[in-house]
Amino acid sequence: MNLEKKIPTRNGFGDEIVALGKENKNILVVDADIGKSCKTGDFRKQLPEQYLNVGIAEQNCAGVAAGLATCGKIPFVVTYAAFGSMRMCEMIRQEICYTHLNVKIACSHGGVTPANDGASHQAIEDMGILRTIPNMTVVMPADYASARKLVRAAAEFDGPVYLRFTRDAVPVIYDEDEEFEIGKAKKLRGGKDVAILANGDTVRLAIQAAEALAEEGIEARVYDFHTIKPLDEEAVRSCIEEIGRIVTVEDHNILNGLGSAVCELVAEAGCGKVKRIGIQDAFGQSAPYERLLAMNGVTMESIVAEAKKLVKA
Amino acid sequence: MKENLSVVELQNTCIDLKKHVIDMIWKAQSGHPGGSLSVAEFMTACYFRYMNVEARNPRWEDRDRFVLSKGHVCPAQYAALAMKGYFPMEVLDTLRKEGSPLQGHPSMTKCPGIDISTGSLGQGLACAVGMALAAKLDGKDYRVFSAVGDGECNEGEIWEACGTAYKYKLDNLVVFVDWNNLQLDGSCEEIMPPIDLAKKFEAFGFEVYQCNGNDMAELVEVMDKALASKNGLPKCIVGKTVKGKGVSYMENQVGWHGVAPNDEQYRQAMDELDSQYVK
Repeated sequence: MNLEKKIPTRNGFGDEIVALGKENKNILVVDADIGKSCKTGDFRKQLPEQYLNVGIAEQNCAGVAAGLATCGKIPFVVTYAAFGSMRMCEMIRQEICYTHLNVKIACSHGGVTPANDGASHQAIEDMGILRTIPNMTVVMPADYASARKLVRAAAEFDGPVYLRFTRDAVPVIYDEDEEFEIGKAKKLRGGKDVAILANGDTVRLAIQAAEALAEEGIEARVYDFHTIKPLDEEAVRSCIEEIGRIVTVEDHNILNGLGSAVCELVAEAGCGKVKRIGIQDAFGQSAPYERLLAMNGVTMESIVAEAKKLVKA
Repeated sequence: MKENLSVVELQNTCIDLKKHVIDMIWKAQSGHPGGSLSVAEFMTACYFRYMNVEARNPRWEDRDRFVLSKGHVCPAQYAALAMKGYFPMEVLDTLRKEGSPLQGHPSMTKCPGIDISTGSLGQGLACAVGMALAAKLDGKDYRVFSAVGDGECNEGEIWEACGTAYKYKLDNLVVFVDWNNLQLDGSCEEIMPPIDLAKKFEAFGFEVYQCNGNDMAELVEVMDKALASKNGLPKCIVGKTVKGKGVSYMENQVGWHGVAPNDEQYRQAMDELDSQYVK
């Protein structure tokens, strides 16, 4: 991980979608007037015949994409996570998921990364909401390199995918040749004392926490759960059976996100303990991104503290 | 391929279609007869005069599309599809039953000939716009026909979709507004005044035609014109219709929005429709 080199994961989307569009003319971008901040500017310039903008009309945007997909197109609907999950929610359910159409909802401004935009733009519920819709796949890459790979994987996947990116810059974790598979968690570190399962922009915190724990003789296993649906149940079960102590970390409400998904499996297994670290079911405010995470206890220090509590219990 | 029936042939085909509507809703003891009957003439004209489709190849990529934005009146579309040969007529008897391709609201993954699933009002038109847009992007000449309800025009997404249709010059899109003036809870005026739907669509950039939507001759006259007009403007046919048209006791009755006839009402409806065939 290179803490010095920080890039927003929305840039990974913006760069990869241009490459994909050049390879396949059926790949379209459907913007809703926030394309510039979702990084579709290059696509718009370089591939104008594959670029659509329906204005500030998210419900229609999802419906138009569904209609395009019935005719063999692969539309990427582009907006902010708050709008792509909630303003479009029922259209995604009725016209994209129920119909199992090949539409991708690609959203910047995931989690609290819209920071100074305030609570209206911070999406803390989105992955949980979309996780409950049948046929939907829900993905949040951890860094720029994995964003590019997972955008490509989503384009190659036949069916609806929700992709969530950060507005703010996050450290680069992976080499550009690292491979990713939708639904398969990435093991970043082996360990037998505690498991730290994170996704998106919090994966970096999980890695730092594991390094700090190692200095105290605690070996943490770290996973990047870039896909929360379908959840990599095998990876979760191995953590339950081999360790039994799990800390989940996410830039999302602790309700219904990665932590909840892991708890569901732990409860069904009937053994193991979980501590969920995430947004504490409360709306945010305009503040720096790192401060908003800290206000909710989403820090390297709290991951270390919670891991130690579980190990000592 | 297109059937291109004459007005008289269409009138009689429409009565067949309406009889299937009544029959299947009676057998299911569930469904929406009022709107299915008000939209029946448009449905018949589309499938038996205008649409270039192949029942044996329902996903043929160059076919004309039909989007029933007011999805609850699907008995009318199911009847048309069965009559065209998309599936055997007996399938109509399974409407709304467990395991049936004929869901209470249309499902594209279950029923051949359904181009997009609908049922949640206000959403179908945007999908129709997406299909028409795909034709333009690919330089193809297929058309997209869509039926929208007057009550459904309460939904904001309808007007969002109109904006996209205008912007992308979708003159391959024909929207029929089934203005029967009744919605579920009461008259349109009482629930949400529609003001002038023709003026509204015109203001949103459509080329608008108006007619008695239950008069096949008038409907065919305006549809012929709308389809001949290739000027970059999306087309809208505002059809003044009668909810329950063709069955006297259902006509203009808000109570017949989503209720099935009993045995006696069923016989009367079928007798009345039988008497309407044009010799």
